[in-house]
Amino acid sequence: EAGLNAVCPRWRLSVLSKDDNGVVLSLGVKNQRLIVSARPFRLDIMQGPEVLLSLNSRGLLAFEHLRLHKDTDKEEVGLWEETFKSHTDTKPNGPTSISLDFSLPGVEHVYGIPEHADDLKLKTTDGGDPYRLYNLDVFQYELYNPMALYGSIPVMLAHNTQRTMGIFWLNAAETWVDISSNTTGKTVFGKMLDFVQGSSENPQTDVRWISESGIIDVFIMLGPKPSDVFSQYASLTGTQSFPPLASLGYHQCRWNYNDQEDVKSVDQGFDQHDIPYDFIWLDIEHADGKRYFTWDPHKFPQPKEMLQGLMDKKRKMVAIVDPHIRVDSGYKIHNEITSKDFYVKNKDGRNYEGWCWPGNSGYPDFTKPEMRAWWASMFAYDQYEGSMENLFTWNDMNEPSVFNGPEVTMHKDALHGKWEHRDIHNIYGLYVQMATAEGQTRRSGGVERPFVLTRAFFAGSQRYGAVWTGDNAAEWDHLKISIPMCLSLGLVGVSFCGADVGGFFKNPSTELLVRWYQTGAYQPFFRAHAHLDTTRREPWLFGPENTALIREVIRQRYALLPYWYQLLYQAHKTGMPVMRPLWVDYPKDTATFTIDDEFLIGRDLLVHPVTEEGSRGVTAYLPGAGEVWYDVHTFQKHNGAQNLYIPVTLSSIPVFQRGGSIIPRKDRVRRSSTCMENDPYTLYVALSPKKFAEGELYIDDGHSFNYDTKKEFIHRSLTFANNALTSNNLCPNCNFLTSSWIEKVLILGASKPSKVLLKMDGKETPVDFEFDTSMSVLTLRKPGMNAGADWTLLLQ
Amino acid sequence: MTCVHLLLTLVFAVSLGTPVEIQGPRGVPLTKKQFYVENKPFTCLDGSRTIPFDRVNDDYCDCKDGSDEPGTAACPNGSFHCTNAGYRTMFIPSSRINDGICDCCDTTDEYNSGAKCENTCKELGRKEREVLQKMTEITKEGFLLKQHLIEEAKKGHQEKQIKVTDMQENKKQLDEKVEVLRTVKETAEQPEKEAKERHLKAWEEQKAAIRLEKDKAKMAEAFLELDDNADGFVSVSELQSHAELDADADGTLTETEAQGLMGGAEQVDMSTFESVWPNIKDKYHSESQPEEPAPVETPPDEVKEPVVDNDSEPYPEDDISEEEDEDDEDEDDYHEDDDKAPPTIKTPEKSHEDEDAMPPYDADTQALIDAAQKARDDFEEAEKALREMDDQIRNIEKELSFDFGPDAEFTYLYSQCYELTTGEYIYRLCPFNRVSQKPKYGGSETNLGTWGSWSGPENNKYLLMKYEHGTGCWQGPNRSTTVKLTCGKETVVTSTSEPSRCEYLMEFTTPAVCQEPANTDLSPHDHVEL
Repeated sequence: EAGLNAVCPRWRLSVLSKDDNGVVLSLGVKNQRLIVSARPFRLDIMQGPEVLLSLNSRGLLAFEHLRLHKDTDKEEVGLWEETFKSHTDTKPNGPTSISLDFSLPGVEHVYGIPEHADDLKLKTTDGGDPYRLYNLDVFQYELYNPMALYGSIPVMLAHNTQRTMGIFWLNAAETWVDISSNTTGKTVFGKMLDFVQGSSENPQTDVRWISESGIIDVFIMLGPKPSDVFSQYASLTGTQSFPPLASLGYHQCRWNYNDQEDVKSVDQGFDQHDIPYDFIWLDIEHADGKRYFTWDPHKFPQPKEMLQGLMDKKRKMVAIVDPHIRVDSGYKIHNEITSKDFYVKNKDGRNYEGWCWPGNSGYPDFTKPEMRAWWASMFAYDQYEGSMENLFTWNDMNEPSVFNGPEVTMHKDALHGKWEHRDIHNIYGLYVQMATAEGQTRRSGGVERPFVLTRAFFAGSQRYGAVWTGDNAAEWDHLKISIPMCLSLGLVGVSFCGADVGGFFKNPSTELLVRWYQTGAYQPFFRAHAHLDTTRREPWLFGPENTALIREVIRQRYALLPYWYQLLYQAHKTGMPVMRPLWVDYPKDTATFTIDDEFLIGRDLLVHPVTEEGSRGVTAYLPGAGEVWYDVHTFQKHNGAQNLYIPVTLSSIPVFQRGGSIIPRKDRVRRSSTCMENDPYTLYVALSPKKFAEGELYIDDGHSFNYDTKKEFIHRSLTFANNALTSNNLCPNCNFLTSSWIEKVLILGASKPSKVLLKMDGKETPVDFEFDTSMSVLTLRKPGMNAGADWTLLLQ
Repeated sequence: MTCVHLLLTLVFAVSLGTPVEIQGPRGVPLTKKQFYVENKPFTCLDGSRTIPFDRVNDDYCDCKDGSDEPGTAACPNGSFHCTNAGYRTMFIPSSRINDGICDCCDTTDEYNSGAKCENTCKELGRKEREVLQKMTEITKEGFLLKQHLIEEAKKGHQEKQIKVTDMQENKKQLDEKVEVLRTVKETAEQPEKEAKERHLKAWEEQKAAIRLEKDKAKMAEAFLELDDNADGFVSVSELQSHAELDADADGTLTETEAQGLMGGAEQVDMSTFESVWPNIKDKYHSESQPEEPAPVETPPDEVKEPVVDNDSEPYPEDDISEEEDEDDEDEDDYHEDDDKAPPTIKTPEKSHEDEDAMPPYDADTQALIDAAQKARDDFEEAEKALREMDDQIRNIEKELSFDFGPDAEFTYLYSQCYELTTGEYIYRLCPFNRVSQKPKYGGSETNLGTWGSWSGPENNKYLLMKYEHGTGCWQGPNRSTTVKLTCGKETVVTSTSEPSRCEYLMEFTTPAVCQEPANTDLSPHDHVEL
């Protein structure tokens, strides 16, 4: 139940009709009905005459009930014991798998079920392996492959021009998903022929879910709009946690920053090269003998001094805390877990031990609430020695990774209380991050928001922090795949996603590194990371020209932080993904359904990163018939519903703002996001062809829960209509004071006014402006109102 | 003193007040003050536009080059000038104005952020002057030392060149000497060889004669023993008493068999026994010494050499034994056992030694041997001297071929080593040779690279040394080390680090990189700005 929100709305279904073989139930919405048939058993969800979704229409429902092993049973190989390489799974309950099929008439596009290094649109699995969901520490994963990776979210979205639906298969055991489609293999011509001849059968996608153990527990989300599915799923598993603003800045990581001196000189490097950053990260080598919560006494003798140095620059640090605990009687954490009997047990009831970074390690049983409470208490400032309020946490290896275990993870017959590991495997990592985030919240008495990054995840992990795509490689294809991987996660609730910028394994070429920064700067979690064996790659190590390119894109990221922050707030409130496939906002435009080399940030920015080596141009699809898009760098206007060829150089990052939107930016980029707290805003008003635009502005202290507990925030709507730009309060009973003000307003696609007036507090004052005829950009000079105030700017 | 102090306080107070109003726009350096004239339109320094003066530093960026906002953070590309009286003047990016972090030591960058900055310029200035002074002293002394090093190197270089020339001359003579001695040796060895062969042949003949005598005596003895009835004949039945002579090994010597051995005769006399003896002597057991095994003939190659060692090639053996000495102690033990073993095994042979040992060489032969040995020794000695000479010449030539800097100032580092001990390791730099790392608490040494090349920047490549192709890293590159050289009085390794895996950085001070101190005025220059 950890995946689920505590409170889930539920109501009784009313019986519409009934006969010998079944009942018809009303689903409460309009003309939606559920038809339950007994023989053969199936469920059909209908709207009007249309079948939306059928369960067990192919009769693949299967349920291997629990039983006792009798010696008289005929032995079938693998039934009561399985071996994988040198590992034996004792399977004391025998086979326990479950399965069910789902049919989706009218659906050709299904998405989700991360984590896989594959295209956004799921492929059919006929004749191949199904998509596998089993959290694993995969060494150098393969691309375009349904193999299991670090995390599992058993949620699939189905989409067509009429409707978006979702299937949430709540099961934390090893799970497989088979997908087949009656249109597979048909060429566009073939489909056209069907259409012309009128012989077309309705396209349909069939899905089968199989889990190794547990019960069939399925949630169907009926949409119909994409945003409805997101909020329906959010009502089940919660929304993205609202992260501290600083965590949306740039993160500098490496395995490993060697010592305090190294940290200091990298920190200074950023200032010398005038590149902003918010977090510097320490990997496993920082701890004393991989004993997490400790510091290497030679390399990091004065952690507080180091953290204070960062704090003086308004910067922060993340130190890794992994869930494998060194078995060492001189280690406090190990001793306490042992004495409290919090370790996972093996099948014989002794503490389960496996090999990981520290050598022989125990694995705390994070499924135990008492264990999680104790773990959380370890983050208290007086427990975690050397920690300060600007130290945050990274949970790696929480699949869990067991170097000498089957498939580098825990034995399935290990025990979490009475539950076998096989039953809860995929949710172990969620609990680790949950307990860690809880610890970080508690250390401040519940005042400060936590920031925790995790590698393993499950449905609901979005509530506890950020996720990254694991150990990728410095290859162009890995840069490319970062887009569909984060898009898939966004669709199933995890918005705060990123990939290691530069690629974890191997050394990137300079061009790849620059392109990766340009891509990563426009993805939610923006962190550069590198393997121990790679050469150093801080942004200034590739010559002044490349330093300038990287500086430029990181600055673009920082200027857009107000927009990112507002989108994370929206995701937190509504479940809307931050980084989205185009079809989420253009659900009727079939041209968008398979696009995964470009994406939207919120509704208003469209990004087409350059992910090809030596590229001289990209073709971006600009959606929306009758809409316009503005190049954010040149303000050049382009029409929607077209494929636009954009010539590129190494400095190009094709980004477009939607006509009809208003995006607040902070164009005074400083060395960290915290330094920019009180800086003024510039509003980028991109007019639609009907000379309309709208947007929002969200402001709070950037780090505490006061936005929630004390309603200390500013939330305003910004609307441009009838030649007037107005700021309205969306939360009149909120209170937050900001010293930020509006320094500039850019109106793209405007015509030249004769006069501009600011109406505020019942007064009208003229505002200076400039008009650029070539690009139709009107710039209002220093209107100067406080960002939290009510005001109107009139163009006359 | 009091007066001076008061004055300083006054200046300090003014600078903490609102000096910018008096000095002109905030953040403008003295050199550009002329462009910012109060109440006159301001033209952006790139000439792009002209704006009213009240738009200078009004917290809005009007100029593309950022020049209208020298004192605010409004322009993304602007820069702010801090006077830093008492310390160095400095430009900081505009983005650091009022960001809550004290960047200028005179606190002028944080005039509106609430940051509590303290004026640290005086202290910084003092420290910098101290450092500068120290650096100047170091540079001065270092440079003097460097001159000395250059002198030494020059002298050494010349000496070495002279030495090489001399040595090459000597080598020529040695070459000749070796050739002469080789001829002498070969000339002496020919008669030696002949004499030794003669001696050996004579001894072989003598040994054969002795063996024959012995056999005859044995035969006579056997005849007497076999002739039980002492009738002067050995009969078939008498022979049958010696079962060991049984040919088909069935344990008994039949009459037929015995007769066969006797060549068909019923009995043989002493003289005929001579023809029977070869048939039985191998198996025959003397009745007086029944247990004694048949004497083993010593193989000829184990014949004990005479005392004088005439082996003409002693080196290979010497080499082998040296190598073996380096081996495990077990093997040494084995050798010791070997040395102890022979007496016990060889004891029975000892009794035969007198007759088996080759008699000493006669005086003439010995004289020839002695003469040849002396010739050999002389030749070897000369050859060894030649080899040593070659090595020396090669070493000096190698040293002379190194790039020891424009004035050979790095020469003194050659064949030296410098160590630095850190928490875990002892690092060792042997310039122009190799860099290594050894765990402090035991463990084997790791090669961090052997001398590669000078690899400093184009204008002075002698600031960095590169050592390459060290021990390979697991799944990684071979270790390499960059040595960064800085001016210092002492020659010391001051730090080591591993910025990237298996790529080490070592800092090394040496007078050899000290530049001639510029004749600059070290007095503080803050008064200019005041």
